[in-house]
Amino acid sequence: MSTATSIQTSATPLGRDDLARLVARDIAPGSFVNLGIGQPTLVSNYLTEEQNITLHTENGMLGMGPEAKGDEIDGDLINAGKIPVTELPGAAYFHHADSFAIMRGGHLDICVLGAFQVSATGDLANWHTGAPGAIPAVGGAMDLATGAKDVFVMMTLLTREGASKIVEACTYPLTGVGCVTRVYTDKAVFLTGPDGVTVRETFGCTLEELQELVPVPLKAATAS
Amino acid sequence: MLNFVDSVQEAVARIKDGSTVMIGGFGNAGQPFELIDALMDCGATDLTVVNNNAGQGDQGLALLIKEGRVRKMICSFPRQSDSWHFDAKYKAGEIELELVPQGNLAERIRAAGAGIGGFFTPTGYGTMLAEGKETRIIDGRGQVFETPIHADVALIKALKADGKGNLVYRKTARNFGPIMAAAAKHTIVQVSEVVPTGALDPENIVTPGIYVNTIVRVAGSTAEKVA
Repeated sequence: MSTATSIQTSATPLGRDDLARLVARDIAPGSFVNLGIGQPTLVSNYLTEEQNITLHTENGMLGMGPEAKGDEIDGDLINAGKIPVTELPGAAYFHHADSFAIMRGGHLDICVLGAFQVSATGDLANWHTGAPGAIPAVGGAMDLATGAKDVFVMMTLLTREGASKIVEACTYPLTGVGCVTRVYTDKAVFLTGPDGVTVRETFGCTLEELQELVPVPLKAATAS
Repeated sequence: MLNFVDSVQEAVARIKDGSTVMIGGFGNAGQPFELIDALMDCGATDLTVVNNNAGQGDQGLALLIKEGRVRKMICSFPRQSDSWHFDAKYKAGEIELELVPQGNLAERIRAAGAGIGGFFTPTGYGTMLAEGKETRIIDGRGQVFETPIHADVALIKALKADGKGNLVYRKTARNFGPIMAAAAKHTIVQVSEVVPTGALDPENIVTPGIYVNTIVRVAGSTAEKVA
């Protein structure tokens, strides 16, 4: 068994912005990326010019710029969260079927999504609680989950009640099967796949302490 | 047959009770508000509406739903912070919902316009939205059979039309316009501007006029700022 300290990179849990900075740093230069609504949107604040990342928004644009302010606001130029945004030089517009072909056809390198739960083998649940009376709304979540080459999830490790969101099998309705490759949480970064869950690094806890919180077997990543 | 009409009322006059109506727009971008208002006034009811959402606030599609004119919504994302009219109808059991992943919605509309009888896609495989649907393993991946969505009428918005009905759009307001124009039997377009035939660069036409039936000019249709 590996020693936990070998993968611990921070003495304290990560805040939302620190986590966004970490995800941004892990995106390879030149990537085409879709950032989901909510917490994943924060990642765009930490992408650098040198990384030369192209952002996709599923309503029909590549080369999306930052949120529009003041005079820049244009009702015809919004993102998937319906927030006014800007266009960068080299931007392209296309219709909805082309935009989803970009996702479904495997052309995006990475999408970053929020989640309710991720299973040990990378199943994702992020669209519906399944609660009686809840109005279901799925949007592009299933297309992103199945279409991007890599699916990163950003979430807190634990629910408000203290339950792990990394689970043996999702209890919420699924978004996609075996699609998540990486999970960024406040307490650790997990790599998921058919062989189970590997811990890349921990924040403010040891692997042993993490294992007590997460009900699936965790392996330490071998040093690269 | 292409018709230019003078009013939105005239443009939607042919829409009958029980029609399936595609309405363009993603949020407010590209939503043909004036055509929807005219549809409201023309009285057609028992409609099936295809749109990404199920109306926002107290305008456009939301009002059509509020007034009980929509029997069924086919959409991907009905629940929004300001979708109170849909929420109320849904909770009262007064509107039917076919929830479709957004990419399936777009591709099913595209398929209808392209004469495709159906397609297999990994989207939704293994989820509750694929329950009861035919599945296959193709290239090692589970895939779900999805069928085209046809419509009697499409209501869309574009920036400019020329005399042949060729269309160009504006920024992300393009969204569902081109695929809905192809999928509907009769496509009605509101545009900010009608330009002479030949004034649009043929290399830059987004929707060829063959897909377009009725055009009405509505000043200020798009958010373009007049210099």
